[in-house]
Amino acid sequence: MPRTVLTGSRIRDRRLAMGLKQADLAAQAGISASYLNLIEHNRRRIGGKLLVQIAASLQTDATTLSQGADTATLEALEAVAEQGADTHVEADRAEEFVARFPGWAAKLVEQGDRIEGLEQTLRGLNDRLTHDPVLSEKMHDVLGAVAAIRSTSSILVETPNIDADWRARFHANIDTESRRLADTSAAMAAHFDRLTRDDTGFTTPLEAVAAFFELRGFHIDEIEQHGEGAIDGLLDAAAEFKSRSARRMARIVLSLYAEDAKALPLEPFTRSASALGYDPAALAARHGVDMHTVFRRMATLPRHPDRPEIGLVTCDAAGAILLRKPPSGFSLPRFGAACPLWPLFAALRSPGMPMRQLIQSSEGSYFTAFSIASPVGQSSFDAVPVIRAAMLLVAADAPAEEPVLVGSTCRVCPRRNCAARREPSILSQKG
Amino acid sequence: MGNSVLLIEDEPNIIEAISFLLERDGWTVRLHTEGVGAVEAVAAANPDVVVLDVMLPGRSGFDILRELRQGAAPADLPVLMLTARGQTKDRELAESYGVSGFMTKPFSNAEMLQTVRDLAEGRPPSGS
Repeated sequence: MPRTVLTGSRIRDRRLAMGLKQADLAAQAGISASYLNLIEHNRRRIGGKLLVQIAASLQTDATTLSQGADTATLEALEAVAEQGADTHVEADRAEEFVARFPGWAAKLVEQGDRIEGLEQTLRGLNDRLTHDPVLSEKMHDVLGAVAAIRSTSSILVETPNIDADWRARFHANIDTESRRLADTSAAMAAHFDRLTRDDTGFTTPLEAVAAFFELRGFHIDEIEQHGEGAIDGLLDAAAEFKSRSARRMARIVLSLYAEDAKALPLEPFTRSASALGYDPAALAARHGVDMHTVFRRMATLPRHPDRPEIGLVTCDAAGAILLRKPPSGFSLPRFGAACPLWPLFAALRSPGMPMRQLIQSSEGSYFTAFSIASPVGQSSFDAVPVIRAAMLLVAADAPAEEPVLVGSTCRVCPRRNCAARREPSILSQKG
Repeated sequence: MGNSVLLIEDEPNIIEAISFLLERDGWTVRLHTEGVGAVEAVAAANPDVVVLDVMLPGRSGFDILRELRQGAAPADLPVLMLTARGQTKDRELAESYGVSGFMTKPFSNAEMLQTVRDLAEGRPPSGS
């Protein structure tokens, strides 16, 4: 249908698309079927109240019927049609498509935008990988170290009667180069992590929400001051929430933050947290709230020299990390499975039972880990309960008792002889 | 066939490994560890083969090769380039400047030795 199509034709087209009889639409509009027939064949002009009435019956608006589909959508569809030249599209019927299937048209445009965005990301990454000076330097270091190790170890293997001095020198060289390789590999892994964050944006809504909180140190002043009313402004201003699903998820999380802030206002809660030694059970009892609320509220306290480092991790029953606020001295994995020795996972085995455990991170820092798992939502005899666990990490001094040694995730954990190890570490290991 | 090699390389542990291999194979190895002054070092040493790293402090191996081929050294002086950058464009650049052999790190000791021997005897390198 060309864009110059007349209002009557659009009415007819939409009516047919909705499977509505001419007589029924006429009756709804309070006119005769024969008069509607004349309108639909563009032999009578239509406007004003009657057009509004017919538009309402056709579940659209009068402007769409009188002026056709949204020009911006049509232009965007034309751009989508030009992507991937192999597929023939009925470009001359774009307006008809938009008019009949506005939701599908919008979806197609949205996906076209997304494809374009992903292609840009891919080009950017490709460019980065080819020209990134840091990556190039690290790759040179890795290959240099590998070349030295390969040549030296071959010499040792192929020369069994090598002079003892040379053997000692070559052993020392292999040791030096293997350390260099380990350090460079770790630096490359960290660089890739940064690249992914910088260039690809956030692949999931969960990541976008996590990035939003990380950037603000997990403390949102606007909500502390204005409560729920600040959320719309925060969502509009945040660069992280490009997709509707990320925005939706952020709204849920920020609303929960606002509820927590209302239940436990910052100043009195900060005072009691300090007075009660940052003990979440004591705080829950003092303020009459559940443990999860106290965990979340403690994790959103602003950093302060007089306050211990506080971190928080939550997961579902499958162990998937839902929220992570890493405290200084304890890396929490951004991707992949976490260390199975975390008390968080022990809590999942006994829902409702609070657990307190002293732990030491692979970076050497000590934390008191408070963990609890609880059912989420309404309980039912006919449904499997949804269980979520949370682990609050409060920095501790060097303890008198033996802590449980935990890591971040196996790939970057240097602990040797760990019974829970799933895969080798890329770091040099320690005992 | 002569028996001297000038190794232009800055990685100490690679220098040690290559020197050991070449000396065990009967070569006299001289060393220059940076890009600056490498062309002069070639003129002074007058080697039978040059083993030249690409990424050197001060000056790239490509620049050094180009200057050598522009008359700073005998036109038939064999130059074997060693590089961690094995991309096609690097190899093409080296070939356009007149490299005799091109090996990417990590390399096998046997291939490296065979290539040096081939170049010294004026044969096309079989190892690179």
